[in-house]
Amino acid sequence: MTLEAFISEAVSPWMKNEGPESDIVISSRVRLARNLVNIPFPIANDYEHLNDIVTNMESNYSGKKAGPFPDLELFRMADMQSNEKHVLVEKHLISPSLANESEAGAVLLNPDESLSVMVNEEDHFRIQCLLSGFQLDETFANANRMDDWLEEKLDFAFDEKRGYLTSCPTNVGTGLRSSVMMHLPALVMTNKLNQILPAINQLGLVVRGIYGEGSEALGNLFQISNQTTLGKSEEDIIADLKSVVTQLVQHERQARETLLQQSKMYLEDKVYRSYGILAFSRRIESKEAMQRLSDVRLGIDLEMVSGLDGKILNELMVLTQPGFLQQYAGKQLQAEERNERRAKIIRERLALEENKLDR
Amino acid sequence: MLCQECNEHPATLHFTKIVNGEKIEYHICETCAKEKGEHIPGSNSFSIHQLLSGLLDMEPSLKGVKQSSAETGKKAEEPLSCPHCGLTYAQFAEMGRFGCARCYEAFDSKLDSIFRRIHGGNDTHLGKIPKRGGQDLHVYREIEQLREQMKKQIEEEEFEKAAEVRDKIRSLQEQLERKGAE
Ligand SMILES: [Zn+2]
Ligand SMILES: [Zn+2]
Repeated sequence: MTLEAFISEAVSPWMKNEGPESDIVISSRVRLARNLVNIPFPIANDYEHLNDIVTNMESNYSGKKAGPFPDLELFRMADMQSNEKHVLVEKHLISPSLANESEAGAVLLNPDESLSVMVNEEDHFRIQCLLSGFQLDETFANANRMDDWLEEKLDFAFDEKRGYLTSCPTNVGTGLRSSVMMHLPALVMTNKLNQILPAINQLGLVVRGIYGEGSEALGNLFQISNQTTLGKSEEDIIADLKSVVTQLVQHERQARETLLQQSKMYLEDKVYRSYGILAFSRRIESKEAMQRLSDVRLGIDLEMVSGLDGKILNELMVLTQPGFLQQYAGKQLQAEERNERRAKIIRERLALEENKLDR
Repeated sequence: MLCQECNEHPATLHFTKIVNGEKIEYHICETCAKEKGEHIPGSNSFSIHQLLSGLLDMEPSLKGVKQSSAETGKKAEEPLSCPHCGLTYAQFAEMGRFGCARCYEAFDSKLDSIFRRIHGGNDTHLGKIPKRGGQDLHVYREIEQLREQMKKQIEEEEFEKAAEVRDKIRSLQEQLERKGAE
C-alpha cells in the first residue's frame, strides 16, 4: 500500500485539524456509560450472557441506517487481529481494556468514526463521540442522541437517586466523561501550566498527558476532563469544562505571544532544528518524534514555517504510534525496527507535502 | 517548578491522586516517575480501581461488625452482599466496582459517604432521566411531593385541602396502574 492510501484509510476525521480553535484544541470527546437493567455488569457476568448482548446489538444495529448515525458496523474483539485492535486504540475509538481483556467485547462504529459504542467494556455500553477541534456541545449532542436512540430498545439501569448506574462508582449519575485534547507547547515552555493546574483540579477537572506511559505528556498534548459525574447536570459538566478550556486557549495564545516577543530567534531555531531532524533522521524514538512534531506544529501555528499543513502533524502523532507502524509494515516490529520505520514514515510524509508544493 | 521527589530536575509530570478522599498533587520529573512507575494513574499496573479500593476500605470494616456482635453474644450478622449478583461488600471494596445495578440497593447504607468523597460532596443525581421508564419517575416524584404536602395539611387540620390533594394522588396512582396494565 502506498503511504498516501494508507493515510487516507488510517486517518480519522478527528485528526484532520478542523473545527473551532483547532490550532490548540485537537479534539473533543464525550463518553456516556450505560448498563442494562437486571443483567450483571461485565465484571460479574459470564461470557454467554455478555455475548447475548453483542448478538442483540448486532442484529438490532449493525449495518442499519437508523437514527442520526447511518451505516453502523459492529466488530467483535474476538474476530480481530491484535494489531487491528491496537490501531483502534491509537485512534481512541476503543480502550486498551476492551482490546486486551474483554472476551465478549465488541465495538459499533460509524463510517467517519465520530461515533463508537463499546460493548462489554467495564460497562455494558460506552457511547463515545469524537470530533475535531473545540466542539464539546456538538459532541455531547451526538452522544445524547445516540443514547436516546439506544434507549428506545434497551432498558438502562437507572435509579431515581443515583442516576445511571455504572460498574465503577466514579462514573455513576450522568455516566458522562467529557474531555478535550489540547496542544499546549507555549504554556509548557514558559512553565505557566504548573501554575494553572492546581486551580483546574479544584474545579473537579483533571489534566493529564496523553500518549506515552503513565501521565507523561508526550508532544505537549494534554487531556482535560471532568472527574465529577454525580450531582451535576450534563449541561453544567460540559459548561464547566468549556469555560476552563476557553481560558487555557487564551493563556496558551498569550504565552505564544510572549515567546514571540521575548525569544523569537530561540523559538525559530528550536522549530527549524526539529524540522530538520524530522526531515532527515534515519531513526527516531517515539518520545523524541512527539516533541519534534510538537515544535514544528507550533512553528506552523506561529507562521514561522510555511507550506506545511498543521494537520499532517496531527496525523503523524498518531501514525507513528507502534500499532500504526506495524499495521503499515504488515507485521510485528521490534523497538529498533519501529524507530527506523518511524523516521521513514515521517520523512516520506513531509516529502509528500513538499511535492504538493512543487506542483 | 522542581521535582518534589529529587528537587533536582524540572517537574514535567503533573497529576493528582485521591488518597483517603483527599486530592494530593504530584509534580515530579521523568526519572523519578519511572522509578515510581507503578504509582502513576493511567499506567497499566495501577488503576483507578486500586485507588478507589483504598478509599472504600476506609469504611468501617466488616470484621469490626462481626466481632462486636460476637462479643454481645448475638447471632453473627450476615456480611453485606448483593442478593442479585452475589458480590459482597468486601469484594466491592477490593475491586472498586459494583457487580450489578442491584448492588446499589444492597450497599446503599454505605454509598452516600463514598459518593460524596468521589464526586465533590454530591450523592444525588441531577442530570438526564431516561425518556421511557423516566416518565413514571416524574410521576413518582410528584406523588412523593403531594404526600408530603398532604401530611402537613393534616397536621395543620386543613382537611378539605388535604382531601383535594388525596384525590390528586389517587388519580396519579391510577394513571400509573393503567400504564402498568398495558
Ligand atoms: Zn525527580
Ligand atoms: Zn449486585
